[in-house]
Amino acid sequence: MSERSIGTARQGGSGKLGLDPVLVGRARELARRAGQPVVDLARSHTTVSVERAVLRLAGVSGADPDGIPWVNRLVDAVVADVGLGHGVALPVFDALAREGVDDVTVLAQEAAAGSVRFVVPSGRAATAARRVSRRAVAAGVRRVDRRRVERERLVRRYGDPVRRPWIYLIVATGDIYEDIPQAQAAARAGADVIAVIRSTGQSLLDYVPEGATREGFAGTYATQENFRLMRAALDETSKELGRYVRLTNYASGLCMPEMATLAGLERLDMMLNDSMYGILFRDINPIRTFVDQRFSRQVHARAGIIINTGEDNYLTTADAVDEAHTVTVSQLLNEFFAHEAGLADWQLGLGHAFEINPDVPESFRLELAHALLARELFPDAPLKWMPPTKHMTGDVFRGNLLDGFFNLVGTMTGQGILLVGMMTEAVVTPWLSDRDIALQNVRYVLGAAGGLHEDFVPAPGGFIQQRANRVLGEAVQLLERIGDQSLLTAIAEGTFGIMKRPADRGKGLAGVARHEAGYYNPATEILEQPA
Amino acid sequence: MSERTERSEGREGVPGGNGMSERTERSEGREGMPDRNGMSERTERGAGRESMPGGNGTGVVGAGAVAGKRVVRPYGDTTGDGMVQVSFTLPVPHDKRAEGAAVQLANRMGIDPAMLVHAKPMSDGFTFFVVYGRVNHLVDLDQVQVVERDFPLLGAKEVNAVVKQRLRRKLSVVGACIGTDAHTVGIDAILNVKGIAGEKGLEYYRELKVTNLGAQVSVPELVEAARRERADAVLVSQVVTQRDAHLHNTREMSAAFREALPAGKRPLLIVGGPRFDETMTAELGVDRIFGRGTTPGEVASYLVHALVTSRKAGA
Repeated sequence: MSERSIGTARQGGSGKLGLDPVLVGRARELARRAGQPVVDLARSHTTVSVERAVLRLAGVSGADPDGIPWVNRLVDAVVADVGLGHGVALPVFDALAREGVDDVTVLAQEAAAGSVRFVVPSGRAATAARRVSRRAVAAGVRRVDRRRVERERLVRRYGDPVRRPWIYLIVATGDIYEDIPQAQAAARAGADVIAVIRSTGQSLLDYVPEGATREGFAGTYATQENFRLMRAALDETSKELGRYVRLTNYASGLCMPEMATLAGLERLDMMLNDSMYGILFRDINPIRTFVDQRFSRQVHARAGIIINTGEDNYLTTADAVDEAHTVTVSQLLNEFFAHEAGLADWQLGLGHAFEINPDVPESFRLELAHALLARELFPDAPLKWMPPTKHMTGDVFRGNLLDGFFNLVGTMTGQGILLVGMMTEAVVTPWLSDRDIALQNVRYVLGAAGGLHEDFVPAPGGFIQQRANRVLGEAVQLLERIGDQSLLTAIAEGTFGIMKRPADRGKGLAGVARHEAGYYNPATEILEQPA
Repeated sequence: MSERTERSEGREGVPGGNGMSERTERSEGREGMPDRNGMSERTERGAGRESMPGGNGTGVVGAGAVAGKRVVRPYGDTTGDGMVQVSFTLPVPHDKRAEGAAVQLANRMGIDPAMLVHAKPMSDGFTFFVVYGRVNHLVDLDQVQVVERDFPLLGAKEVNAVVKQRLRRKLSVVGACIGTDAHTVGIDAILNVKGIAGEKGLEYYRELKVTNLGAQVSVPELVEAARRERADAVLVSQVVTQRDAHLHNTREMSAAFREALPAGKRPLLIVGGPRFDETMTAELGVDRIFGRGTTPGEVASYLVHALVTSRKAGA
């Protein structure tokens, strides 16, 4: 009974691979050692986006007539006067008191007009600014808390999906008003999680666009209003279906902390949030990313949001067999960073993918070994299982077969979240019929083999066990190398996904500052308090 | 293995093999296909079917498209049968009328007779159909016009190997969106590791040194960056086309490079974007134009072709 009620997350945890617990412990210890300097770095720096997130929690909203959010205008004004290193909370709330304004958004408007001068307060002015800013930000955090309670209530009312994995489907029309009916249709067709794909290039925008949007490139802009519209629509659908349908977006790119905050405020349920994706694939400055990462994860932890990490991306760049251990290393690092930021195991949708070239002999057995390794290393994490993309050729018939095998690995290894593969991957954004065929594929496999994990026990010392142990061994070796030279150096030297990303290069570096003495961030202070 | 061999023998050798007769029965039940026996399996390959115009050559078209036959039609299982399969969705609930509508659409597409082999209701008020049938359309291969790629398409490994062996240094590429264009989608798709449609961008190539300047770069900045990075090639993406901005910007860019650098020192100039006419290179003063749907691999292959393999001595 207790075994079953823990659910599928545990089903692989009974030791099907005969992993050496000492080696597993060593892998975690090495990940901690590689990650700790990065945490220290994050704790001693801030970024413009972290500070803007603080202002959003303090209630600043809206944008100027050019569409530039007031949080950007206000942070820019503070930085122009006193720099970023003190944080914006004290200068802003000190100015608020001096100007006799009681609305921070109004202050932002005045600052943008050039009529406010900011200083770093000291003495009693500092104490007062500290107190008032903390009160304002605490109100924002309470709003996030209320949304979390609301989610818990709705999940109780409508219920969770009856089985795992949760079925995760993507909509990507570029128009929020087109996304909504598509998302609702997908939910009715069986999707448990809807992800709204973001417009290409938004990750490199250093501001969050405002309002409902109707045009995007290969996706829809992530805005607070779009979040709200989609969540409200899915609440209706959840009620209709008697099943709580979850909503996903992206906490990535230059505005990661703000995205996390907006997701918390609008009750999004999952966010894509990888510790290194932006560095490797978007050439965002490593320090900027790690600082933004830590803050966004603290918000996610508080908001009860499940993060989805991006290990699948390494495999689209590097070879899925040769570089399988880099996925394991990244999962271990993501786990360390997540725990450090306060996320619980149930919030760790650690990613991995079915990306081995199908022409490789025994590719299916290799996939099984890798997926089971992730399952056993992280028995209490939901794990996000990502479909083939690299070897989808446009041959939709072969693609559908490959997706079937992907689904089979998913159910045999107890994955928590299954991103539905489309046989038209790399051909078109999914059509209604593509989605229907893909869901039919998932339903068939889960229906025909949903309990196969009970019978599936790899032969002791056989191919799958050997392969999984070998990948773990290689992961430990890589972590040992990283430990000797620090994670930032490893990233600079191209250890992950082949890209070399030095710490003093990349986008968004100008928006990073080392903490000055007396740096104050009320949000971090609140989020780091024991709950 | 043996099973597969048996199956294929069954198909090739035996007229009206198992698979076929079953299909024929089904189609009779549904659509009243005209007697397919005459068409099935064992017509003399290459005997020149009466329906094939100009069928006096060797007659073997289909898979191999051997010399001689220049007019072709689709191949199902017999030369000249014209068989195709299509699938589509109609925004109607599934009923008799919906099936009739699907057959009518197929007929209008030139599929006649059309066998409706699958109809499935989807979502609210949609039906998905699979139709098999014969088209009467012909294609004259001599009439087919395509813009042929004039350079070989190489994989990332080959690109790296050629650059390493023949150029013996990294090939430097500088990319940007110039003018007011803030749409980095195109340049990012070509340059960023992330790439597009499962194909990695140029950053992924070990032997290419990529500098992506991003959006809204001024022409003087671009020229300066190209000089600093000793660019072998400059890639410019232009998405915005209002008042022909993409053409003006491109001309300004090429003129600036001509002014700043002597012919031998000038980098290869490449522009890309969805609205360019690929034949306008001379008019715009650039070496190459890439249009919609260009992949990083094509660009990389072109760079190697233009800068390494087609140049006798090192650049």
